[in-house]
Amino acid sequence: MTGQPPGVIGIGQTKYSKARTDVSIPGLVREAAIRALDDAGLDWGDIDALVMGKAPDIFEGVMQPELFLADALGANGKPMLRVHTAGSVGCSTANVATDAVKGGRFKRVLAVAWEKQAEGNAQWGLGGGKSGSMGAGGIFAPWVRAYISRSGAPEHIGWKVAVKDRLNAVKNPYAHLKLPDITIEKVRDSMMLWDPIHFLESCPSSDGACAIVVADHETAKTHSSAAWVLATAMRSELGQFPGRDTVRPQAGVDCSAALYKDAGITNPREQIDVAELYVPFSWYEPMWLEGHDLADLGEGWKLTDSGATEITGSFPVNPSGGVLSSNPIGASGMIRFAEAALQVQGKAGEHQVEGAEVAIGHAYGAMAQYFAMAVLSSSPSPF
Amino acid sequence: MVDVAVVGYGQMPSVRSTEITETQMVLEVTHQAVAMAGIDRHDIGFTVSGSCDYLAGQTFAFVQTIEAIGAWPPISESHVEMDGAWAMYEGFTRLQEGDIDLVLVYCHGRSSPGQPEQVYPLQLDPYHLAPLGLDPWSLAALQARALLDSGTATERDFAEIVARNRANAAGNEYAQVSGKFDVDALLAEPYVREPLRRHDLPPISDGAAAVVLAAGDKAASLVERPAWISGIDHRIDIHQPGMRDLTVSPSTALAAEGAGLGAGPVEVAEVTAPFSPQEVIVRNALGLDDSVVVNPSGGALAANPVMVTGLVRVIEAARQVTEQGRDRVLAHATGGQALQQNLVCILEGSRA
Repeated sequence: MTGQPPGVIGIGQTKYSKARTDVSIPGLVREAAIRALDDAGLDWGDIDALVMGKAPDIFEGVMQPELFLADALGANGKPMLRVHTAGSVGCSTANVATDAVKGGRFKRVLAVAWEKQAEGNAQWGLGGGKSGSMGAGGIFAPWVRAYISRSGAPEHIGWKVAVKDRLNAVKNPYAHLKLPDITIEKVRDSMMLWDPIHFLESCPSSDGACAIVVADHETAKTHSSAAWVLATAMRSELGQFPGRDTVRPQAGVDCSAALYKDAGITNPREQIDVAELYVPFSWYEPMWLEGHDLADLGEGWKLTDSGATEITGSFPVNPSGGVLSSNPIGASGMIRFAEAALQVQGKAGEHQVEGAEVAIGHAYGAMAQYFAMAVLSSSPSPF
Repeated sequence: MVDVAVVGYGQMPSVRSTEITETQMVLEVTHQAVAMAGIDRHDIGFTVSGSCDYLAGQTFAFVQTIEAIGAWPPISESHVEMDGAWAMYEGFTRLQEGDIDLVLVYCHGRSSPGQPEQVYPLQLDPYHLAPLGLDPWSLAALQARALLDSGTATERDFAEIVARNRANAAGNEYAQVSGKFDVDALLAEPYVREPLRRHDLPPISDGAAAVVLAAGDKAASLVERPAWISGIDHRIDIHQPGMRDLTVSPSTALAAEGAGLGAGPVEVAEVTAPFSPQEVIVRNALGLDDSVVVNPSGGALAANPVMVTGLVRVIEAARQVTEQGRDRVLAHATGGQALQQNLVCILEGSRA
């Protein structure tokens, strides 16, 4: 990254749940935005520009909802961009806000990502708005099976991730699913949805919003606990073609390679203290550990199996509970970005990873073909 | 600031309904833009597109179009659920970081699969406006009525705007509606939504467009006369029409100020005014006098591929610089209903 890194100076999350019937869509996005402004010690007038991200508009049935949400977010007279990059959109939105600040024009940009899935039928929407949708799990299950076959991973790995993330979520006040009594056996015995993915290995459908305030380096320096955005990266590839590696897509490999290079990371496993990875189905934890060179090929599941990815482990993954515990789709990627920022700020509360200084946020989308990632750090120059 | 110029562009003729897919549309226009710039697509550092799922009637409709740009090996790429002019703004912003020098921008919109009168009301506040069944034509008519009541314009002004735009479009191979229209004959037509007549409304169009942006010396090396972006800005107004003065466009004026319009006169302005009264409002917001040639292409009244119309204005403005030798021109794009969101871009023949 050229120039001095921008910083995240405000973070706001809503309570995630199956249906936030207590708020309208404007109420939901304001809840996150106001918390981000309060966290930053700012008011609406301090914001120079806005970026909004969400997944398909058909989820709620409102076309380009940023237009009507301009009123609720104090956007009158300001620039407002609307990002949509499928499931990776939340992290892409944070990245676009970071780019807007780095472009030199703005001091403070408010980025808001959200989804209010209870307003519609996400499963139907994920199938392209057509009937007979096999859902995201139906698309990913064969690739999970391919990973298992390729790596020789034992079947309990997926169950283990499901238990870990749900127990982490118990420590996160914003998390949707709270399953303190979850066990390996319960996951194993839960309904098989898309072989090998059981019900308890799948993400929920959530309502929720996440907001961040990104500031240019000079402005962020005046803030007591900025999380510095050392680097961001986005990569996309074709969804299907002969020879495509759907288990470890090249776009994901390239995305993290570019990210690490930009951030000055040469040994990601050693230099990154905690990762918030987009894991909507349990097996994606080992798959992304390998897919983003955080573990050697065939070794991702061993890292998971060893307990290294627990909050107290050597390489904690998803201390927030991750997408497996809260999944307002359009916001999920920004939640990864924001939780990575909270970790390096030391403000993650009960799910804080001790001594976290460098963290990554990650999201992917569509046919595992869109990737967005970011590196957050407690220091603007940690390496 | 990193100097950025438009060095390549492509568009397909707007039609009421095309048989080809959006991927095929994008293939055609991106090839044109890349060929004009004379670049190898593998040298593109960032690709950004604009489109809207609701037009295609399908979630993730934009995803298939990355096949057209050959996203293999993987590319650095993003998408806005907005007109392509805003995608270009994101591309311009990305170039400011200085680590890449070529950006591909494209956009696509097919209004033909759906029924606009059912689709566009969904763009309004779902709690307080959409349930009223307020369609875009009714909202534009309210705006036109407010303009008439304010004494700023007459119905004859609206008809003259239509006649001029569609006459201009006669020379534009990409336009959908063109020809000579007699103003008195237009005024004799019945109302569709009083005070709007059918010709005051934009055509329903399918279309696609693309531009290649290049930074600094790269731009200068690629084409003889790049269209340098001396300024670009966009702003949004309040959504609730009851909270706005519909006869003015503060966001257009703010965007023009941000884009540096005040630094000097422009020779040509390509503005997005899908409804004829909106041209009056945009002109006033931009402070254009009669010496400025407005919409030599015919504008949105001649072709209105939604999500594409704004980037087409940028292309038509760039064409004025690159092909017609103009020195300073303006492009304007709009989004939402009743001119809620606006973008202004100034293009110049000389590098700053």
